[in-house]
Amino acid sequence: MREQMEAVMPSPHRDEPRSGAKDGPAQAGTGDIILDVAAASCRFDVSASGLSRLIARQPRRILRAVEDVSFTVRRGTTFSIVGESGCGKSTLARMVVGLQRPTEGMLNFRDIRRADGSFGPPRVQMIFQDPYASLNPRWRVGDIIAEPIRELKLRPDENSTKARVGDLLEVVGLSRSDASRYPHAFSGGQRQRISIARALATEADFLVCDEPTSALDVSVQAQILNLMVKLQQEFGLTYLFISHNLSVVRHMSDDLAIMYLGRFVEAGPAEQVFTRPRHPYTRLLLDTIPDVERPNRERRPMSGEVPSPIAPPPGCSFNPRCSLAADICRAERPELRQMGEVRIACHFA
Amino acid sequence: MSAPLLSVRDLRIVFDGRHGPLTALDGVSFDIAPGEILGVVGESGAGKSLTGTAVIGLLDPPGRIAGGEIHLSGQRIDNLPPEPMRRLRGRRIGAIFQDPLTSLHPLLTVGDQLAETITTHLPVGRTEARRRALDLLKEVGIPAAETRIDHYPHQFSGGMRQRVVIALALCAEPSLIIADEPTTALDVSIQAQITTLLKRLCREHGTSIMLVTHDMGVIAETADRVAVMYAGRIIEIGPVEEVTRRPHHPYTAGLMASIPSVHARHATLNQIDGAMPRLNAIPPGCAFNPRCGRADDICRERKPGLPPSAHAAACHFPLKELVHA
Repeated sequence: MREQMEAVMPSPHRDEPRSGAKDGPAQAGTGDIILDVAAASCRFDVSASGLSRLIARQPRRILRAVEDVSFTVRRGTTFSIVGESGCGKSTLARMVVGLQRPTEGMLNFRDIRRADGSFGPPRVQMIFQDPYASLNPRWRVGDIIAEPIRELKLRPDENSTKARVGDLLEVVGLSRSDASRYPHAFSGGQRQRISIARALATEADFLVCDEPTSALDVSVQAQILNLMVKLQQEFGLTYLFISHNLSVVRHMSDDLAIMYLGRFVEAGPAEQVFTRPRHPYTRLLLDTIPDVERPNRERRPMSGEVPSPIAPPPGCSFNPRCSLAADICRAERPELRQMGEVRIACHFA
Repeated sequence: MSAPLLSVRDLRIVFDGRHGPLTALDGVSFDIAPGEILGVVGESGAGKSLTGTAVIGLLDPPGRIAGGEIHLSGQRIDNLPPEPMRRLRGRRIGAIFQDPLTSLHPLLTVGDQLAETITTHLPVGRTEARRRALDLLKEVGIPAAETRIDHYPHQFSGGMRQRVVIALALCAEPSLIIADEPTTALDVSIQAQITTLLKRLCREHGTSIMLVTHDMGVIAETADRVAVMYAGRIIEIGPVEEVTRRPHHPYTAGLMASIPSVHARHATLNQIDGAMPRLNAIPPGCAFNPRCGRADDICRERKPGLPPSAHAAACHFPLKELVHA
């Protein structure tokens, strides 16, 4: 376990993370561990009712959404979780923000010292995928952003709350006067800026971003990603970034983990995983993504599909789709092993 | 170049709204050669799906074709009455949409749906139709097709459903398929399977495909030529390799540069500030001028035309130098 946890810790050899203290004002404690997830699992009971089970003589059916996942996130950096639909990445995000309790294992936020001198656990907020569904259409933008400030009593009176809302709108690249408008008057990219302003209103330290740009067009996506990088440098924010888009992940991440059927198959510093992918699944993912830069390269589209997390295949869960699979892969599940700075779960890595 | 299979000339689509007509497509012209895959790319609201909808004659009121012509193998189809158009749709033009679940009837087995489509368009009996349905399922790569033919759509995964939809589009062996975001709802590894399948079908049957998507990566890997749309117009068209590597229009160049790379990490992404104008607020002159770094007085006054060359850009000051090294 200890070895596993050290995997994502900084090493003297790797490049400085782009985010954090490098360009922005010096932030105390950048690089310290802020989140520590130890052997967390989340299982859902998806069985039919007791009586139906009895009649049909069926056992309980357990969906293993997240299985035995361990990692640490360093303050001021971006940790990304990549995987296809159903791999458990959103469940993991929900566990981190506390919307879902882990069935087993622990998630610990470490106390941090902030720039204003206060000390305590980090404030965690979430940014959702769909900016059309995550903003109340009947509320003015100003009220949407002021809600957390009022609820948490972060400002003493209404005037300072309004001033804070105006500041936040400017921070995310909107104008102060936008506070009096309704969400329908904004485009998808602008709505996502409003979501970010609402998350920052709590003076959040840690943002969980679940596919924040996948509903946006590419040119708008670039605007939002640039804004997120800028905010990270300015405020020393830590991101847990959930995405299925590998090029976006490459752009954003310091560390990343590739998930398949609820488990990490490869995790480590982003640069290493991208330049030297070792797990066959990571390699195939990198191989199959549509690529404007090298469109006519030799491609072997991955055959098969992700199996059901209710009945994962025995052994390595990737074995039915893997070109390297041998008998051992069908019999024995590979442990996540430390290899240099990267952790890999493969018998042949 | 051989005679085009599909020829769209100066197509204008107008929506009659409460506040007067809105021009959604403004003078769109392009050709698709037999066996060619034309990618149509653009941001939401650029008019790419609308173009596809107009070609298959599924434009709903208040939208209407206000000008221009659409020809399929020399026959004009944009003014056909509903009944001949219905017979032509499915028979000569197939369609694949984004969400495979909504394109399939949930209460009919996939075999019945395929057989129904086949008997509607081709003079064959039920036994023959079922045999063809089975062949089609095998052809689009559905494993154990003999048993799967009697399954319902909900028993298939997303990728397999999209294969069924492709089989459905192929039923009557159409010469043209309109594929509107066929891979957008799918995971990356499944996406590659579907684009490979589309390319293979195109090669083996000589079917032409109009591939509508917002994903430049999918276009680069699948299409032969690409048309880039912005605010209801084609602003650049040409061979895929040319357009992606040496874009002439500043919008295309900006779009290409805003895609994060998997191969290297850059400090910031190139961004095009602002957003595409809404239909009721398209600026005079070139629609891109407020966001364009090269804009001059002429761009604010005169709409640039699309020259007839193989790689053309509708721009007063096209980029000629190598932008995308």
